[in-house]
Amino acid sequence: MYKILRYSFYDLIRSKWCYIYFSFYLILSSVLLFLNNSLAKSIITLMNIIVILTPLIGSIFGAMYYYSSKEFAELLLAQPIKRNTVFLGQYIGLSLSLSASLVVGLAIPFIAYGMLISSEITNFISVIIIGVVLTFIFTAISYYIALSNEDKIKGIGLAILFWLLMAVIYDGFFLICLLALKEYPLENFSLFSVLLNPIDLSRILIILKLDIAALLGYTGAVFQGFFGKKIGMLIIASVLAFWIIIPIIMINIKSKKRDF
Amino acid sequence: MKSLLTTIICLFSINIISSSVIIVCKKCDISNISTAIDKAKNHDTIIIKNGTYYEFDIEINKPIKIIGEQSIIDAQFKGGGFNIQSDSVYLSSLKINNIKRSYTKDIASIVAYKADHFLIENIEFNNPFFAIFIQKSQNGIIRNNIINGANNDVLNSGNGIHLWNSKNMEIENNKIINMRDGIYLEFVSAAKINNNVSEKNLRYGLHFMFSNDNKFSNNIFINNGAGVAVMFSKNIIMQSNRFENNWGASSYGLLLKEIYDAKIENNYFYQNTIGITVEGSNRINYNHNIFKQNGWATKISGGCYENIFTENDYLNNAFDLSYKGRQNDNVFVGNYWSNYVGYDLNEDGVGDVAFMPVKLFSYIVNSIPEAITLHRSLFVELINFSEKVAPIFTPKYIMDKEPKIKPMNYAVN
Repeated sequence: MYKILRYSFYDLIRSKWCYIYFSFYLILSSVLLFLNNSLAKSIITLMNIIVILTPLIGSIFGAMYYYSSKEFAELLLAQPIKRNTVFLGQYIGLSLSLSASLVVGLAIPFIAYGMLISSEITNFISVIIIGVVLTFIFTAISYYIALSNEDKIKGIGLAILFWLLMAVIYDGFFLICLLALKEYPLENFSLFSVLLNPIDLSRILIILKLDIAALLGYTGAVFQGFFGKKIGMLIIASVLAFWIIIPIIMINIKSKKRDF
Repeated sequence: MKSLLTTIICLFSINIISSSVIIVCKKCDISNISTAIDKAKNHDTIIIKNGTYYEFDIEINKPIKIIGEQSIIDAQFKGGGFNIQSDSVYLSSLKINNIKRSYTKDIASIVAYKADHFLIENIEFNNPFFAIFIQKSQNGIIRNNIINGANNDVLNSGNGIHLWNSKNMEIENNKIINMRDGIYLEFVSAAKINNNVSEKNLRYGLHFMFSNDNKFSNNIFINNGAGVAVMFSKNIIMQSNRFENNWGASSYGLLLKEIYDAKIENNYFYQNTIGITVEGSNRINYNHNIFKQNGWATKISGGCYENIFTENDYLNNAFDLSYKGRQNDNVFVGNYWSNYVGYDLNEDGVGDVAFMPVKLFSYIVNSIPEAITLHRSLFVELINFSEKVAPIFTPKYIMDKEPKIKPMNYAVN
């Protein structure tokens, strides 16, 4: 598996999409720092972008990479290798290369700006970690979607639809629920619904980290109380881990089926 | 006539000559402050030499001067400190420590009742219950004092400077830390409250009710339980104050409740959960204030009429304005809004498109506070945008028709 992972990783690292993705983040973070003139504000803006964009890119790339490297995968499958190592290797290679573009692209301008000696370093690191985790989650899901759909258009379409569901529609549905149930105490309900969606969870986590929580009134206090504790952090970490592990297990199961 | 004049002059000179100095120290003839006051005649001066005096409930019933050398008066939690019952009392340079707690009486380090023309200065209050408690007095000055409370719950604590039913007071350059309310005024008129620092108080930094014609300027209110509360008063002027870091579930920088004809100018609101929250207040001018990085810069609840907001800077607040009620009689004009995205073709510094400060999301959060969890979500940005293009829910009549293009920075001090 390691060999396939390495091969996928180097293959992607050399591809032009990877460079485009890398330079996008490079330019984005340089422009943000240039325009905002402050690390703290840049990190907040960056967070807004990362929470939406990394899942989208992960979704599109995951599906696209599967379809474009399908022939190569078929070739590999003719060799005496386990089926799931081929697919898992490809998935991990892809996620790693996307994460590498993200991390390096963001880190260079911020380090050049003097982030390492500022107090914002922990916030920056948490933004980066969240970006990487979201990349892993959404790449896995779209890879699974691609694996289960022969049709390229359908696969990419479903992957984007899933992103749309998580990034936009879920929040809309959540808001409708809140409106419908507004006579009831809703702190625990909102806490629970945030836990179910990795994008919302990441957004709240960063908002709390960046200390805007106190501005959120009573609900903010409830969230701070929950996420501030060790057990809360543990729950978040495990929820995010589940979001990676479950699609991987599904990829595993799917890849065992010998339909090509 | 001439003889009368001479008698008056004679009387005065006798008075001046007769005023003497009494020294209190550990090894002097008089080693006790209460005895010194007993022995003193009107307008005498008592000098308390350096040292610690274990006394409490010291009565001052004649006009005298008491000057310390940072001498310590320790009440050892047995009672209050000084009890002023006379006019023209001067107290300075003392440390008054460890006042008794009480749930039935308002015990204080310095109590003044019907005492006019007093001056209290350079006194340090450590661990008081109430620190300065003034009732039914006029023309007093309280300045350069430091009040250090050691309180951790609202029930067991008293106020820093507490005025009740008084007139013409000056409260200047005091520093009040960790009391219940930093400064509390009730039925006080014509007070001037300048250059005070009120910090880490459990309830309010400044709290006043039924107090008309007062002026507050250059005060700093930081990290208080719920900022500053101003209620049921008329003709208030608040200038150049700073309200910072008043954070919490229902905390705010400044609460205005039933305030009429006030001026709120050149104040600086920084990182409060709510900058100003206004209820039932009419004819208030808000000029030249800065609202920076607050959760809600201004929150206006029902019953507010004829308020004017001009030339304020709204900088990076999560919500600039939240408004309850269907009617609007308040005017927003010529403010700078950092969320404004209009243009200025004729380059006169005024945006050509009106700005609507109430966002749909702030409207939603008003009715469901839990919806705040969707803050900064893509969905919220989308509905805000579509609401901005075609307003349905948000009040159309609340708008700034002349938004400024650049911040004015009036209140930077």
